[in-house]
Amino acid sequence: MEKNKRGYRIGLLAGLLSVLLVLPAMAADETIAVDTGDTAFVLVSAALVMWMTPGLALFYGGMVRGKNVLNTIMQSFFIICFVSVLWILVGYSLAFGPDHGGLIGGLDWIGFSGVGLEPNPDYSKTVPALAFAAFQMMFAVITPALITGAFAERMKFGAFVVFTILWSLLVYAPAAHWVWGLGGWLHELGCLDFAGGTCIHILSGVSGLTVCLYMGTRRGYGKEAMIPHNMPMTVLGAAMLWFGWFGFNAGSALGANGLAANAFVATQVAAAAAAVSWVAVEAVVHDKPTVLGGVSGAVAGLVAITPGAGFVAPFPAVIIGAVAGIVCFFAVAVVKKKFGYDDSLDAFGVHGVGGFWGALATGVFATTAVNPDGADGLLLGNPSQFFIQACGAVSCAVFAVIMTYVILRVVDATIGVRVSADNEVTGLDVTEHGERGYVSMDSFSAMNMFTPVAQHAEKAKELQYDIH
Amino acid sequence: MGQITKIEIITRPEKLNELKEAMYAIRVTGMTVMQVYGCGLSHGYTEVYRGQEMMINLLPKIKVEIVVSEIPVETVVEAAKKACQTGHIGDGKIFISSVDDAVRIRTGESGVDAIRDRRDEEEIVNSIIKQ
Repeated sequence: MEKNKRGYRIGLLAGLLSVLLVLPAMAADETIAVDTGDTAFVLVSAALVMWMTPGLALFYGGMVRGKNVLNTIMQSFFIICFVSVLWILVGYSLAFGPDHGGLIGGLDWIGFSGVGLEPNPDYSKTVPALAFAAFQMMFAVITPALITGAFAERMKFGAFVVFTILWSLLVYAPAAHWVWGLGGWLHELGCLDFAGGTCIHILSGVSGLTVCLYMGTRRGYGKEAMIPHNMPMTVLGAAMLWFGWFGFNAGSALGANGLAANAFVATQVAAAAAAVSWVAVEAVVHDKPTVLGGVSGAVAGLVAITPGAGFVAPFPAVIIGAVAGIVCFFAVAVVKKKFGYDDSLDAFGVHGVGGFWGALATGVFATTAVNPDGADGLLLGNPSQFFIQACGAVSCAVFAVIMTYVILRVVDATIGVRVSADNEVTGLDVTEHGERGYVSMDSFSAMNMFTPVAQHAEKAKELQYDIH
Repeated sequence: MGQITKIEIITRPEKLNELKEAMYAIRVTGMTVMQVYGCGLSHGYTEVYRGQEMMINLLPKIKVEIVVSEIPVETVVEAAKKACQTGHIGDGKIFISSVDDAVRIRTGESGVDAIRDRRDEEEIVNSIIKQ
């Protein structure tokens, strides 16, 4: 009797154990294959990318004159608000929705309908579609904010909102579709852009150049001093950008894995190398290593490594960063003065030029050893990748120029883009927002004591563009 | 009516404490201090922002206004000179001018009485000088 009872117990135990062993297999059969590590990483990365936009607000805010600090900050801050709404309404669908002609997504996913808790295997096999859409939302938010640097201190706020809405839908969404959308023509061509060197940095940088050329220089440019009013604010903003960029680049691996680790390290070393090279060049050319140079260099390096963070190995990232620091320094400190355009906060000099270098550099240094879904670059005997990269860079640039110009013409004809000359002198915080950034600030500013040293005497006379 | 004289001292900001102590030593406790910019023989300097060079030759200075009636003007000027002189370019200037009239707002006194220390407030002045 006792032996039988023990036998039954063993049998029951064995039966229970075997059921337990079978359970995982049963779970794997189900369609939800969400990986908790990947999902956690993507969601946190999305939050990190969101952090970059207020970071940009402070980065830019410290660089303008005190009377315009709130207007500058508000541009970036308010973009977070209305572009997020735009993205869920229609932006995501246009950028990532089912393809039409390789050029644009459709309206299938308006209001995020069809974007749910299950992964969309076309974009992220282990991460819910909503998490991917949220991650991409933060990219869509920061991209137009980058342009604001080009037209700082002179655009009407209403015009800026309308311009940005149109730009987000008509310029960013298509470009993002080309590069990342399933069926997008640059994607099909094999253009490598890990986190947005082409459809984010080149696109916004070149658009910025278009806007500043269209609008003309700030009143008094070249004659009055226009220097950063709060450098510590700019440094804080740059630090926020750098920190958030880990989400921007590493998060684009869409998984908590080795590729993300590669992107993370590449991001850090590129930023660091670029800051060192910018400061070094500056110390040689101007005899002083500046803080503004340090943070500008770091941002240039971050921009340059954006397209390649998940395609190049960490050591080449150092080279990409070091070159970016030098190239962007000359774009900002030499070329801009030579041609006399007022890209106020160097949206083109840093994002446009840095993005161009980064996109091409990806074509040089890419290796499938880092990312089997990528390609080998020029150094590994595949020169065609370099030309594909150039194609992606140039097409985004050309598209940016044409579309930005058209949007500007439309907005200018209807609302008017530029503030009046009087308002520009008073300061946009007061005229556009009825606020002041610093209550104790009066009209007498120490900045009146500075005089720009004309670098090229003849050019200085030509610098006075017409104010439209 | 006695003479009321204003002494304006424009000098380096870092000399303010020394100047104040020198004034306290001669029983001058009232003064008005302004932050100003000034230039004379000093060279400016250059700052650089992303390659854009900025020149400034207006340097921060302080302007201290002292008005006296009983205390001799020469005493004030000598004390100020001694406190503020370094011997280098940028020491500044002292201007002396006469004041037509003055009013002490608290009491309504005018003329010399508005400026000179009141006898019944001597203790307050002593306590300020001692601190």
